[in-house]
Amino acid sequence: MDSEAPPLMAGLEIHQQLDTCEKLFCHCPTRLREVKERNGEFTRFLRATESEMGEIDRAALEEMRTIRRFTYYTYDTTCLVEDDEEPPAPLNQEAVAICLTIARCFGMHPVEQVHTMRKIVIDGSNTCGFQRTALVAMGGSLPGGARIETICLEEDAAQRVTDQVFSLDRLGIPLVEITTGPDLRTPEEVQEVAEYIGMVLRSTGKVKRGKGTIRQDINISIPGGARVEIKGVQELELIAEVVRREMERQENLIAIRDELKGRGACVDEDQIDVTSIFKGTKSSILEKAKMVLAVRLKGFSGFVGKEIQPGRRLGSELADYAKRCGVGGIFHTDELPAYGIAAEEVQSVREKAMAGDDDAVVLVAGSAEKARCAAKQVIRRAGMALAGVPEETRRMLEDGSTAYMRPLPGAARMYPETDIFPVSVEKAFWEGIPVPELLIGKAKRFEQEFGLDPPAAYQAATSENLPAFEEAIREGVKPTLAFRVIITAPVELARKGVDVGKVSQADYLAILSAIERGRVAKEAVPDLITAIAGGTPPDQAVASLVTPVSNDELTRIIRKIIGERKEFVAQKGMGALGPLMGLVMQEVRGKVDGKLVSEALRRELERSA
Amino acid sequence: MTEYRSGDLVRCTGGGREYAATYITERDGKAVVKLDSGYNIGVPFETLSWEGRPEIEPPGLARPFQREDLPELAIISTGGTIASRVDYRTGAVTSQFSAEDILRAIPDLASIGRFRTEQISSILSENMTRRIWQDLARAIFHDLKSGVAGVIVTHGTDTMAYSAAAISFMVETPVPVIFVGSQRSADRPSSDNAMNALCAASAAVSPLGEVAVVMHATTSDDRCAIHRGTRVRKMHTSRRDAFQSMGMPPIGRVDYPDLSVTLSGEAVARGEREPVLREKMEERCGLVSFHPGMDPLVLEAYRGYRGLVLAGTGLGHVSTPWVKGLAELARDGVSVVMTSQCLHGRVCDRVYDTGRDLLAAGVMEGEDMLPEVALVKLMWVLGQADDDREVRALMGENLRGETRGRSTHGL
Ligand SMILES: [Zn+2]
Repeated sequence: MDSEAPPLMAGLEIHQQLDTCEKLFCHCPTRLREVKERNGEFTRFLRATESEMGEIDRAALEEMRTIRRFTYYTYDTTCLVEDDEEPPAPLNQEAVAICLTIARCFGMHPVEQVHTMRKIVIDGSNTCGFQRTALVAMGGSLPGGARIETICLEEDAAQRVTDQVFSLDRLGIPLVEITTGPDLRTPEEVQEVAEYIGMVLRSTGKVKRGKGTIRQDINISIPGGARVEIKGVQELELIAEVVRREMERQENLIAIRDELKGRGACVDEDQIDVTSIFKGTKSSILEKAKMVLAVRLKGFSGFVGKEIQPGRRLGSELADYAKRCGVGGIFHTDELPAYGIAAEEVQSVREKAMAGDDDAVVLVAGSAEKARCAAKQVIRRAGMALAGVPEETRRMLEDGSTAYMRPLPGAARMYPETDIFPVSVEKAFWEGIPVPELLIGKAKRFEQEFGLDPPAAYQAATSENLPAFEEAIREGVKPTLAFRVIITAPVELARKGVDVGKVSQADYLAILSAIERGRVAKEAVPDLITAIAGGTPPDQAVASLVTPVSNDELTRIIRKIIGERKEFVAQKGMGALGPLMGLVMQEVRGKVDGKLVSEALRRELERSA
Repeated sequence: MTEYRSGDLVRCTGGGREYAATYITERDGKAVVKLDSGYNIGVPFETLSWEGRPEIEPPGLARPFQREDLPELAIISTGGTIASRVDYRTGAVTSQFSAEDILRAIPDLASIGRFRTEQISSILSENMTRRIWQDLARAIFHDLKSGVAGVIVTHGTDTMAYSAAAISFMVETPVPVIFVGSQRSADRPSSDNAMNALCAASAAVSPLGEVAVVMHATTSDDRCAIHRGTRVRKMHTSRRDAFQSMGMPPIGRVDYPDLSVTLSGEAVARGEREPVLREKMEERCGLVSFHPGMDPLVLEAYRGYRGLVLAGTGLGHVSTPWVKGLAELARDGVSVVMTSQCLHGRVCDRVYDTGRDLLAAGVMEGEDMLPEVALVKLMWVLGQADDDREVRALMGENLRGETRGRSTHGL
């Protein structure tokens, strides 16, 4: 192999939802919904379109092999565009502007005339059978020197509810797709770059926040391995681990290949019917199955059960392929006898398959059609093990390991979206787009201007509540108070299980205003936030927590005010009630009911007359 | 300047970089090129340099298999796209008209019948003319005479209902003549083209014996409705289930994907009629939709016409100043037929004074005919008859299910 090749070549593809008012190609809001809120559903079939070359995209073909009929849920926040029942509206200009803002942050060059394309996707997640996407800018760079190759503006896909059921609320939400060059060299660098890009995106203040709003795909290859794309990593902190585990997996697959070669391993095409062996077996799966097939893997003994990634064996890879046919999994001799399969049954299978000590046997079970399909897939994947690492699209499992998802998509699967006119990016427009202050720069400024310590400044700058924090400071609230109320209190309360997501930026500002006017004490902040999160309107929450003023205190305040305006009171008599009322109310800072104040004031005026 | 052709290899310089691309077309002064990633972008022509023109081998396509034991169906295309192919290299989408290309795009058709194809025009359906209707009628009649089991007419959806009505009058048929199209472009994996075509083919081999439109019955890919050619209307600009039977239920349905056909008791059965062609049609006919305050001078444009259909308000009215104008037209020999823009229900000009004045002026009541069906029928009737009495008799008679004596509940 090429000794010059770096130990790791990795790149990132980051998908971030934009926080626009409307979707990318229709005027629906970009709001996610609960499945139970749906107001209708419909079903569709998707067909792969035949390309000029007479080929169907291989990822598309793979999808066609399994699922074809899809159900879609509609909402009162979706329309005929999501249903693929109406031509799309023009490209959302707000989304274009945000996308260009991000492009400026990475020093990119805009495309002069942006064309919307149709990218064929027939896994059901797009009602049209394609995803609309447009290349907006190219050629940017990151501080560490890695390249940002492209930024595309595309529509988000429908959310999968179950296998073949999709929810249309997410379909059409604008996404930016940022693609780096294959320039990242260590697992840590991949994670750092992902963090940096995320920070830049949030700096625009125009991206959605929270789980599922940003998704990272990682492209990885190592020398002698193959390009593998890991889809949909949502947890930033897992990225380095995912990369490490994929490197490990590829190294192990390469080592297995070399050893298999040394043993002269090969894969038979034969599917051996062993259904009769399992008549009366204690394995409920095999007992129920209409057909059990065995595949002999010559020279594979010990390798099928070999761990290639934490919790994953070569057998797991074979099982992933077999599952495409609708079977639950596979059994193999490296792990048998077990699962109710007896030693004698394993022996009978080995004999029927004419398997020697060096050979492994894989069992698949199901209906005749499913079993045959699964056996074929096992043979296919086992054959790939002899070649090393297959090119694949994989999905992340919970701990950072990955499972096979589908083949890497071929390149030729885009054609123009003729329903959308191209959008020109004029030079003056591009140059007029303001570059936002990066959040790391903002944090520095918070340290200097507000005297926040560095972790606090960073926390404020990267908080979801940053807009309210900055607004409060613009209104003259002391930074430390704003920080306490808007930044830290919600985090602490969220830990205690308070649904602070229900508290709006305006609510925080209302709380601050109540404190500033002295209506409530600072100590009441957690109670206020909790009440508002529980659905109490802010003014009601404040009113229920105002510090009471005693009757004695009220009388004292009124006498003081009357004392200071003796002449006026003498002159006006009871006519002074109105003008004085305002003064008293100001003094008690709204903590006493107006009616009580008026009664007390009347009493005191009568007394002094 | 280089004359670029679609498919030429080019190099682009821009954004401080140089990259290879494929030239696609010119758009608003910019060169549209396709990058290796598949994306199109528009760049200034001066940033391009020509690299070469690749030899593209025509794709070696497998010949679709046609089963000799299946009934023969004729597909006649007028321009509506039922199948198309995408060239991902250039992004070009081409409509497919030959039997082989259609079968390649919708292979499941081959299990329903064997096909012969004919393309009589390649127009957008808004450009349909009486002349093309006549060509179509002759082509269908020719196929009927040769003994096909059914005829499928692919048609743009905009004016499909007009054409279905026209053929209903021009051709008497013993076998199904099915109009079909697609509301969502055939190049998209979600297109309704394939399901509509499969349902149309199933209807074409069914025990039906009349002209019908077969299109999606719902927004789902679950069934197509079979609509009588003279009672169908496009009622939505874009939805798959845009076509609706008006004033009667559909005459049948085709379930999908099992393609089972169910016909209602009203459907005309296969073999009830002999093939007859009467394609003569009077072109000097018009259709006017009346609106409040409309100037009767508009009617002057119809002087010299032989027929005029009005889509009146409500029960079939126009304003009082129009009555005189219409009376003059009628006196000059123009056959005037009143229909209603309500679309649902029956015209009755005997209820109000204006209506009675219209009848006195010589206006015929179009009963419950759809305005555009009344127009097509009037064109055909005037092609068959000269005498006013005969014209009135034919217009009043139910010839192809276009009018119904009873207005039934629930419609
Ligand atoms: Zn919408």
